[in-house]
Amino acid sequence: LNRRCVEAAVMTGLALNCSINKKSLFDRKHYFYADLPAGYQITQQRVPIAVNGSLSYSLCIGNKMSQMVTKTVRIKQIQLEQDSGKSLHDDTRSQILVDLNRAGVGLMEVVMEPDMCCGEEAAAAVRELQLILQTLGSSQAVMAEGQLRVDANVSVHHPGEPYGVRTEVKNINSIRFLAKAIDYEIQRQIDELENGGTILNETRAFDSKLGCTVPMRDKEGKQDYRFMPEPNLPPLILYDAKSLPANMNHQQVINIDWIRERLPDLPSVKREKLVEQYGILPEHSFTLLNEDGLADFFESVVKQTQMKPKKVIGWILNDLLSYLKQHSLTVKKSPVSSFLLADLLNLLEKKKISSTAAKQVLAELWKGEGKTPLEIVKEQKLELLQDQKELEQICQAVIDGQENEVIMMVPG
Amino acid sequence: QKVSVEVLDHLEHLALVDFRDLEGVERLQKAIQFADQLHEVNTDGVEPMDSVLEDRWCLYLRADDVTEGNCTKDLLENAREKVEEYFVAPPGNIPLLKLEERDTFLQGS
Repeated sequence: LNRRCVEAAVMTGLALNCSINKKSLFDRKHYFYADLPAGYQITQQRVPIAVNGSLSYSLCIGNKMSQMVTKTVRIKQIQLEQDSGKSLHDDTRSQILVDLNRAGVGLMEVVMEPDMCCGEEAAAAVRELQLILQTLGSSQAVMAEGQLRVDANVSVHHPGEPYGVRTEVKNINSIRFLAKAIDYEIQRQIDELENGGTILNETRAFDSKLGCTVPMRDKEGKQDYRFMPEPNLPPLILYDAKSLPANMNHQQVINIDWIRERLPDLPSVKREKLVEQYGILPEHSFTLLNEDGLADFFESVVKQTQMKPKKVIGWILNDLLSYLKQHSLTVKKSPVSSFLLADLLNLLEKKKISSTAAKQVLAELWKGEGKTPLEIVKEQKLELLQDQKELEQICQAVIDGQENEVIMMVPG
Repeated sequence: QKVSVEVLDHLEHLALVDFRDLEGVERLQKAIQFADQLHEVNTDGVEPMDSVLEDRWCLYLRADDVTEGNCTKDLLENAREKVEEYFVAPPGNIPLLKLEERDTFLQGS
């Protein structure tokens, strides 16, 4: 078994507040499909590596970001298993094309309890999970590339009554589609039941073009997977500081406590630190962590400028971020570096330019022509005049040139 | 206790085995009877064993290093049909015919 898979599963389990099973087992799950050449998948059906955790996430209530509520979803378990190959359906030629490159590669399956009530909650929970996985390094978790795959199990019931029959929705390729698919399926089930119909315990696929779920082909009725212990993989034994064996090769030992001590700051902790250290609002910290590299960019600017972080954050979230979004750029590809922005904010802070002028300079900086803020200020003559006499002269000239308007103004 | 026709059919679907004739089915019956002897042992309070290694030896953990690969050509030689670097397969599992439609089920029974 690949050691890195185990470490990733332990890290993820710890980050999700799970109990790590010091002994976990592997099983074979048998079924036939073109992308499963062996006819079985190795998984952890009896005793998985981690159980009983929780994931906290935040939701904005209403339209304003400033009202956020924290929710929790329980994690039932995390199990290690093998990936199958990738199948592409070629309906025109009535065949399946199978790519076996990823067959056998290790996966972590995270199973959540049905604690979420709508697409928005699921999307927020998965987004937070994505950030956690990326922070840990367990996965890059990019859904579009299949690094993170999400299947949604949906059921409806009247309050107080037991949970209804659930359907499983697959083929969801983004967090946005996850919310759509779930909300569509909830409504479909409600409509079906209100029309006197029943919900089948089936697997459905999300069609992103049509925005609906459809029954999946190849549904062979209830599957019997004939689970059996995997003969080639003995139990996986993990250790902690207390149970560490004396004479074992280090390469063969995984110490849960050692891993726990080295866990990086999770997103929720990073947000708290940002709020505490810089005095920004909680919702600001969410936005900072939501964009890859933005938090680092912000901190870098703060280090290089005298402007207070509470003011810097406005420039980061309003000006920088909206520009990047407009041009579909990542922070890494920003034509304005943290150095340049800090330079500009220093001019503003020293009252060399007005904030309107600063925005003008920023617009010029976006062109990425390599000019410094100071050069642009000089070019466009945006310096604030400090000389009292010069200011009076200019004002007088304006007034002299607009005599009629001045006469009208004075009585009022 | 005899194994019912429904169970036999179910087993044939799951494992794609063909019990072929009455003799085959009887052999299955005898195998089940043989295995049922396990029930004679009292296992109350005893954890099932799934490995003779028990808790002593743990699973060999290998380092996350690439040690093989780049054998696309060799692997694709196994394909009866291929398109670019994909194996070609039928559009779905070809279902075993339903019980009533099969004429090979329990031949000679």
